[in-house]
Amino acid sequence: MGFIRETGNAARGMWSLAVGLKVTGKYFLSPQITCHYPREVLPNMDTFRGHIELIAKPSNPAKSKCIACGSCARACPSGCITVIKKKAEPAPAPEAAGQQDESIPAGQKKKPPKKTAPKEPSLFALDFTTCSLCGQCVQVCPVSALRFSSAINLAGYTREEFHYDLLQRLAEQAEK
Amino acid sequence: MNIDPQLTRILVALVAILLFVAANAIVLVYVERKVAGHVQRRPGPYEVGFHGILQPVADAVKLMGKQLVTPGDGDRVIFWIAPLLAFAPVALCLLPITFGPRTYAFDIDLGLVLILAFAGLNVLALCLAGWGSNNKWSLLGAARSVAQNVAYEIPLLVSVLSVALATGSLNLNTITLTQGTWPWQWNWLINPVAFGIYIICAVAETNRAPFDLPEGESELTAGFHTEYSGMGFGLFFMAEYANMLVVASVATVLFLGGWNGPGAPGWWWFLVKMYAVVFFIIMLRWTFPRVRFDQLLNLSWKWLIPLALANLLVVAFIVKL
Repeated sequence: MGFIRETGNAARGMWSLAVGLKVTGKYFLSPQITCHYPREVLPNMDTFRGHIELIAKPSNPAKSKCIACGSCARACPSGCITVIKKKAEPAPAPEAAGQQDESIPAGQKKKPPKKTAPKEPSLFALDFTTCSLCGQCVQVCPVSALRFSSAINLAGYTREEFHYDLLQRLAEQAEK
Repeated sequence: MNIDPQLTRILVALVAILLFVAANAIVLVYVERKVAGHVQRRPGPYEVGFHGILQPVADAVKLMGKQLVTPGDGDRVIFWIAPLLAFAPVALCLLPITFGPRTYAFDIDLGLVLILAFAGLNVLALCLAGWGSNNKWSLLGAARSVAQNVAYEIPLLVSVLSVALATGSLNLNTITLTQGTWPWQWNWLINPVAFGIYIICAVAETNRAPFDLPEGESELTAGFHTEYSGMGFGLFFMAEYANMLVVASVATVLFLGGWNGPGAPGWWWFLVKMYAVVFFIIMLRWTFPRVRFDQLLNLSWKWLIPLALANLLVVAFIVKL
């Protein structure tokens, strides 16, 4: 009985080999599904995760929706995001928020009544060399001001070329 | 001065065969990579020349330009004899093969024996390569190749023997002629068991996937040729493709009617059939995963050898009738 069972197993095994050959044979004859990258580019890049970029306000394409809360910088596991909140403008002498206002001379400080700093970043920097594209920043953003870009053509000779100023990038995009 | 015409013929044939083997290696490298690509639904080599047709040339130039490194504590002589020994017998193996009605180097009665004898040298080359490298991976690869070749030579010989027994000749020309012109007159349908066993053993003998355990990239880095660089590796590589050529040629002569193809007989039918077999072997490589070593030996000793022997008995019985 053992011999018969073994023979049956072997026959089934042989059949599975034929099935395998049929699969590869079919694939051999079916069209290719890869893309000859430099000559052609995939049409749909929606699912591509490039480095993060800021989303513009619907009213002003040069201004980001970012409120400079810094959640993204805190959420980032590799600490590659730097957000600096814009200070209140010193010329009309604001009563700026936070401790960073010590540089403003005391005399100017009291002139106008209260003026809060605008809720927007003065700097939004990304060090893409340490980013792992985990997307924590995109998820955590309370105003949905971040998304993955679809920039696929990234190459550079130095590390510094991948330190991005995302505000500047947004402004450049708006100009186009 | 009197030159032996037989000698001249052999010399000319040897040069022609070596050229053919080299050209064949270049073409097969390209075909292999293209087939691999298409099976995986990608284009394969594409950038060098039209559809990557110059890729093997670029590879060959790279291999020739590389430095030849001998491992520190390796056995220098053995290490460098091995690739030569792997490649040299191939020319001899192709000598008695009848490519066409008159396209053969020399017609000897023991052509089949000559091929089988010199095909056995390949395992010695792998063994020396593994030993001379002074590297555990190489040595493991060599040990595997010896065990594998010993195991698979037996069913190979027995299946070839059953054909020889039915034909009553070891002369490849005679074997070709005894098969008819049409596919149903060929030995692959008359003796299908021997054909199947021969193909399996041929793949194993040429150390190709799914029986490429002596190389075994995933577990042995590159097996017996781990330490070889440049043309040392290149020779092993050429030998592998040349051996494919030999086993495919023998399969064509023994089982597929040789040049005596359907309709107009000639060398073109031989080439078509031979490259069909080569293509089949390439497809096997890109279809099946590598077998485990115990599976490999079990397959040979528990299945192929008993089957081949039983087949031989049946053939002998029928021939006697």
